[in-house]
Amino acid sequence: MKDSLLEVKDLEVTFFNRNGKVRAVRGINFDVKKGEILGIVGESGSGKTVTNLSIMGLLKGTGKVTKGQIIYKGENLLNKSEKEMLKIRGNDIAMIFQDPMTSLNPVFTVGNQITDVIMRHQKLSRKEAKKKTIEMLKMVGIPSAEERYNNYPHEFSGGMRQRAIIAMALSCKPDLLIADEPTTALDVTIQAQILELLKELKEKLNTSIILITHDLGVVANICSRVVVMYGGMIMEEGSVEDIFYTPLHPYTKGLLQSLPKTGGKMKERLIPIKGNPPNLANEIKGCPFADRCPYTMDICREKQPKYYYDGENHRGMCWLLDKSINGKGENHEE
Amino acid sequence: MKSKLIEVKDLKKYYPVKKSSIIGKTQYLKAVDGVSFYINEGETFGLVGESGCGKSTVGKSIIRLFDITDGEILYRGKDISKLNGRQLKSYRRKMQVIFQDPYSSLNPTLTVEEIISEPLDVYNIGDKGQRRERVIELLEKVGLNKDHLGRYPHEFSGGQRQRIGIARALSIKPEFILCDEPISALDVSIQAQVVNMLEDLQEELGLTYLFIAHDLSMVRYISHRIGVMYLGKLVEKGPSDEIYNHPAHPYTQALLSSVLEPDPKMAAKTIKALEGDVPSPLNPPKGCRFVTRCKYAMKKCYEIEPKLKEISPDHSVACHLY
Repeated sequence: MKDSLLEVKDLEVTFFNRNGKVRAVRGINFDVKKGEILGIVGESGSGKTVTNLSIMGLLKGTGKVTKGQIIYKGENLLNKSEKEMLKIRGNDIAMIFQDPMTSLNPVFTVGNQITDVIMRHQKLSRKEAKKKTIEMLKMVGIPSAEERYNNYPHEFSGGMRQRAIIAMALSCKPDLLIADEPTTALDVTIQAQILELLKELKEKLNTSIILITHDLGVVANICSRVVVMYGGMIMEEGSVEDIFYTPLHPYTKGLLQSLPKTGGKMKERLIPIKGNPPNLANEIKGCPFADRCPYTMDICREKQPKYYYDGENHRGMCWLLDKSINGKGENHEE
Repeated sequence: MKSKLIEVKDLKKYYPVKKSSIIGKTQYLKAVDGVSFYINEGETFGLVGESGCGKSTVGKSIIRLFDITDGEILYRGKDISKLNGRQLKSYRRKMQVIFQDPYSSLNPTLTVEEIISEPLDVYNIGDKGQRRERVIELLEKVGLNKDHLGRYPHEFSGGQRQRIGIARALSIKPEFILCDEPISALDVSIQAQVVNMLEDLQEELGLTYLFIAHDLSMVRYISHRIGVMYLGKLVEKGPSDEIYNHPAHPYTQALLSSVLEPDPKMAAKTIKALEGDVPSPLNPPKGCRFVTRCKYAMKKCYEIEPKLKEISPDHSVACHLY
């Protein structure tokens, strides 16, 4: 992994509450390469947001990283003090959140909020920072940026707010941008605009992006590599073509099948994944997907599968991929 | 042979907005401004559009959650738009709703049994034993079972909660169900479960749906006919395959091209995005409401509002290009 910017090694995150513990992330490994868009896909509760909050050092309350390393440019972020993390956040790693309605402070003007960030991190005078803010607002495509500088968040539409937040996140030229469901709260036509903008900015600034989403359409359109998470583990990782055309894991296959086909004229019935996501408060012994998988074997409930590789960069965590067991699996599909 | 269950004629719903001064004129937000369509019995009509286009207002007007400003709502040919509370009671029983958010639409202090049997209590249907039987029957219909009777909503996942909401809506045997974004809050792997269930129930019970959503691929999948709304107006309506294969209105075309295909090969190099934002509904453009974002805008479009025109059987569009 020579050109990786960030490496997550054997990360475990556990939430402790009075009823016991919830293992939200259960030993995951992945890396982010320079200048790529990595998609992290999974349903709610799969651990994708918790993973990224740990990278940012923003886990609050009862959540703790219980194991593993997060290596950023050769240094383990988990060993950094809060003071050091303050410098890294914004300057090196920035994050944008799902809801553009609540991520801006309603009592300050949009321009001021971005200027403050720039002044804080780059030691510029207010005047210079303001100039830079307007530059950034222009770059993210906000029309008449000079006048818009003095607007309050409520005067911006949802799409414009998300643009402003992207401007803020990129204002200190971070090397890594974590975008947590950046378009989920937006309308489809605005979603297309924002994704196009992210793609453009990535080219221009060579920023690496981790894009967290549950929308496979978004992934197919802008990511180059994909990590599929389920029950706090990585089920499959590969290039976007690997994931969409030759998926290894039954969960990935199930996700792709449950989408309506838009191309065909004939109406095919949707094939849903049966059952519900696992409750992570219960200890899961084997594969977290075992209860919903159409191919479950005895071993799936007893032992956690290893990763099996199809090529160098495409791996899946499933016993079906083990050549010595494969074939014995009982197919429960109707 | 197909009869119209619901017909909406020139529906208008205006909300008064605070005056700028005492002598100033009251401004109106025209949430829905002259919308007409019909839904055949046993069919699904899909209503799509961006947030703020008035699609939920149309739905809520039909089930008479509020009084409308103008227009007619015909239920089996009878205008119900001017009926008051008591006269509406028999219609309320035939029209039920499934809401978007399965977390806030179930009362957290009631058990599943209480939630599902509440409509039965309201309409005094059956005695206690019969109600329990009916609740169990409904639970099984939506893929849950009688072990769930005494549990509370927080013990269920989003998809299961939505099933409870559906069981509640079915409890008094409605003919029409308003599905207001019923799957947008659910995980991808659960959405297909709920959509399949809605289809099965439609077939089994002959239900009629108004399906409101912004996920165009799902709407196409479940709907027989579709209406596309923009800023309070219906800009296009027609059979769903026709709308998807031959979208006529520039807005429909733009909406469809911003659907992201879950297929990297089909994903265009650049996403074809529609420029600009939706104008404020308080101050919509004068002519065609889409004119500020339309790439084909002509002089006429700024002045005259286009009317719905039929361009092929049952497919109409409101655009000066046709």
